[in-house]
Amino acid sequence: MQLKTSTWLFAVLLAAVTIIVPILNLAVPETSPLHFPTYGLSLFGKYLSFALLALSVDLIWGFCGILSLGHGAFFALGGYAMGMHLMRQIGDRGVYGNAELPDFMVFLDWQELPWYWYGFDSFAFAMAMVMLAPGVLAFVFGWFAFRSRVSGVYLSIITQAMTFALMLAFFRNDMGFGGNNGLTDFKELLGFDLRSQSTRVALFMASGTALLAGFVLCRMIVASKLGKILVGIRDAESRTRFLGYRVEHYKLFVFTLSAVMAGIAGALYVPQVGIINPGEFAPANSIEIVVWVALGGRGTLIGAIMGAVLVNLTKSYLTAAFPEIWLFALGGLFVGVTLFLPKGIAGSFGLARLIGARGQP
Amino acid sequence: MLRRIIILSLLLFAAAANHSPARAEQSDQMADLLQGLTAKSFKAKIAAVETLAASGDSRVVAPLTALLEGRLHRRKADGAIVIVQRQDGRKIFLDALTGTPLGEAKPRASRKIRVNNRLRGVLHGALGALTLFSPDPAQRLTAAQAMFKSAGADSLSPLAKAYLQETDGDVRQVLARTLAAARLRHGGDEEKLAAAKMLADYPDREVRDLLANTALQAQDKLLAAVTVASKSIEQRLAFFDVLQNLFQGISLSSVLLLAAIGLAITFGVMGVINMAHGEMVMLGAYTTHVVQVLVQEYFPGAFTHSLLLAIPSAFLIAGLFGVFLERSVIRFLYGRPLETLLATWGLSLMLQQFVRSIFGPTNKEVIAPSWMSGSIEITGGLVLTHNRIWIIVFAALVFLLLTLLIRYTDFGLRMRAVTQNRTMANSVGIRSNWIDAMTFGLGSGVAGLAGVALSQIDNVSPNLGQSYIIDSFLVVVFGGVGNLWGTMVGALSLGLANKFLEPYAGAVLGKILILVLVILFIQKRPRGLFALKGRAAEA
Repeated sequence: MQLKTSTWLFAVLLAAVTIIVPILNLAVPETSPLHFPTYGLSLFGKYLSFALLALSVDLIWGFCGILSLGHGAFFALGGYAMGMHLMRQIGDRGVYGNAELPDFMVFLDWQELPWYWYGFDSFAFAMAMVMLAPGVLAFVFGWFAFRSRVSGVYLSIITQAMTFALMLAFFRNDMGFGGNNGLTDFKELLGFDLRSQSTRVALFMASGTALLAGFVLCRMIVASKLGKILVGIRDAESRTRFLGYRVEHYKLFVFTLSAVMAGIAGALYVPQVGIINPGEFAPANSIEIVVWVALGGRGTLIGAIMGAVLVNLTKSYLTAAFPEIWLFALGGLFVGVTLFLPKGIAGSFGLARLIGARGQP
Repeated sequence: MLRRIIILSLLLFAAAANHSPARAEQSDQMADLLQGLTAKSFKAKIAAVETLAASGDSRVVAPLTALLEGRLHRRKADGAIVIVQRQDGRKIFLDALTGTPLGEAKPRASRKIRVNNRLRGVLHGALGALTLFSPDPAQRLTAAQAMFKSAGADSLSPLAKAYLQETDGDVRQVLARTLAAARLRHGGDEEKLAAAKMLADYPDREVRDLLANTALQAQDKLLAAVTVASKSIEQRLAFFDVLQNLFQGISLSSVLLLAAIGLAITFGVMGVINMAHGEMVMLGAYTTHVVQVLVQEYFPGAFTHSLLLAIPSAFLIAGLFGVFLERSVIRFLYGRPLETLLATWGLSLMLQQFVRSIFGPTNKEVIAPSWMSGSIEITGGLVLTHNRIWIIVFAALVFLLLTLLIRYTDFGLRMRAVTQNRTMANSVGIRSNWIDAMTFGLGSGVAGLAGVALSQIDNVSPNLGQSYIIDSFLVVVFGGVGNLWGTMVGALSLGLANKFLEPYAGAVLGKILILVLVILFIQKRPRGLFALKGRAAEA
């Protein structure tokens, strides 16, 4: 299949960032103005994982018309799977020095590891769970929802209810996921100290690579015949069904794939910020993801990435400098983008043709 | 019938135990009995206290209380028992029985009657029994209630006597219950049996626990009687539990209904999910707060009625705000429901921050007026609070008014026309733009009303709306749009299901279960319980 030049350009750009930023951090002396600080590396690594998350939302919303207000749940599930592996890596270096149980279980006076924690000692198993946990949830959820043709705002609301239910569940101490405090105090990943500069560089590069892979994969999907059917479903679902396509199968496929991508993004996010807690399931978080995509331009992929990075840069700046203003800014962004920039940044200003966006909804 | 016989027999017991002598004769006897308190040994003192208490004479309350407080003295001069009381900075003697002043108390003129811990215990019990004869019914009631747990063998006869004398119906009820409990603990075998049967008529938790404890030691007939009684009580308690759950469920439903009904209107007519709906509720609650502060400032006399003023104010403020939002933002987004959802979410964030900036992030206090505080206790364990009852009434009223408005007014007719077929409504000359704005205003105004109600039972904080918005969505989605009855049924089902699941699954797990159930339900009926039929539904 043929990918557009703009896709190649953007992919090369992403790859360049993934390589050049670590070089600026490692090889350029700290005194040089070109030096990239290590804390910035983790911050940008976080943005890249958010970008992957935005990409996953754009794939279903921009190209298939499924507005999920619960994608934060898949992200958080991936994050929890990674967090559980990191918890097991702590071993007996926790506050209570218990080699068998994580600190919070000792604190709750649990005697043995719950069965669903088995296997998380192994990195490979944890990585499988990073993809399986959100994937299976999305598959089951989507299978029910799409089969009975729940769509539009109804689907949005039940996805929101899903993440809300998960949030309530994870807040419970009895669930065995650390309750309110979540999982934190991570020490190392695959034997590398999480606080060391080189690990952070590696995580940054992993995030960049995952984003690049996700971008290319999404681009390949939307450029394929499958992608054309997805757009058909987005623009005229009944008509596509009448043409003989099993709409629910296509929807289920992208929904599950998108959830897996969100899970991977979560797994990359957790070691870089050092904590995962039930707050990540909050419905507000999931809606925020949608505005990243909306700002960048839905149905453009590149726009989703730009939107995620841009909004989060602004957020980091505003919440530190003017905490009062942040919610006004975010709220204004929601309103402003929907009113004045319905195609997002990437879809406006004549950029649409440049980056090869498909017909806007 | 059986119960009457039991009561009658109890009365006979009581009458046999108490033959009341003539008053004059009694007075001397009392003074003699009081002298018994000066005995050397504590054992004798205890015996004296018990005799005094058994007399059931209300005059002995004063000396016994004084004894407990260490103010009962024996005058050295004549050996009379006196109470030392401080009056205008001096100490004076009072006659122990009559309370008549007997002149100034010189420091060494009297000797204090000493008490020990055992004696104090006996005194407490005796005084409890004696206040049964106080002239104040409230005091008698308290004493009768307090003695349910503490009554000893020696309080059997005062209890029976008090029961015989009692004229107040409520106190009599409580006394009968306490007497039966005392008899079950300390009475003879026959008494125990009768008491166990009688206690079955008092279905509350205290009696249940008492019977359960008795069953541990009881045998044969008594065990059988106690088992029967506690079974009957368990059944009734379970029934009350169901009633209580029902009440709480309906109360929760009424809150949900208030919060969701405005949402249902806007969603039904305009196909718009208004994410800022929760913030309209919050605005209503803050309006209530502001109205209350203003009334307190300028018309303190009308304070108890400030809530009545808050109702129209909240409706107007939230409604006007709704119209403003519709005109400034939402009307540009018609036909794009998902974008509207995002824009209204943005509005809700801004409104929250707006309120936070003005009123601060902390909870604001809304004081409940006197006619809304307090509760009705139907019987043991079944308590209905006034504010909950008022909210149920309020929700029902709002629902009724809205139904009438939509059914019978011109505006309602136009609204229904636009809901069913916007294009057709336009072509017959209905200005659907105007209807949209008014509908949005109406929905928001009703949300404001919900805010007034919620300010009475929840914290008035910037996040108030957020905690109800997801539940409201579920109600609307569950009930189906374009039909207020759907919202009603949705609110009732979710509210009741929530309260009935709670005891089995716990509050959080119950809520999760409800969410899962609704998600599953949506699979079955993707457009809710009462879906619009026909072409309009396809839009």
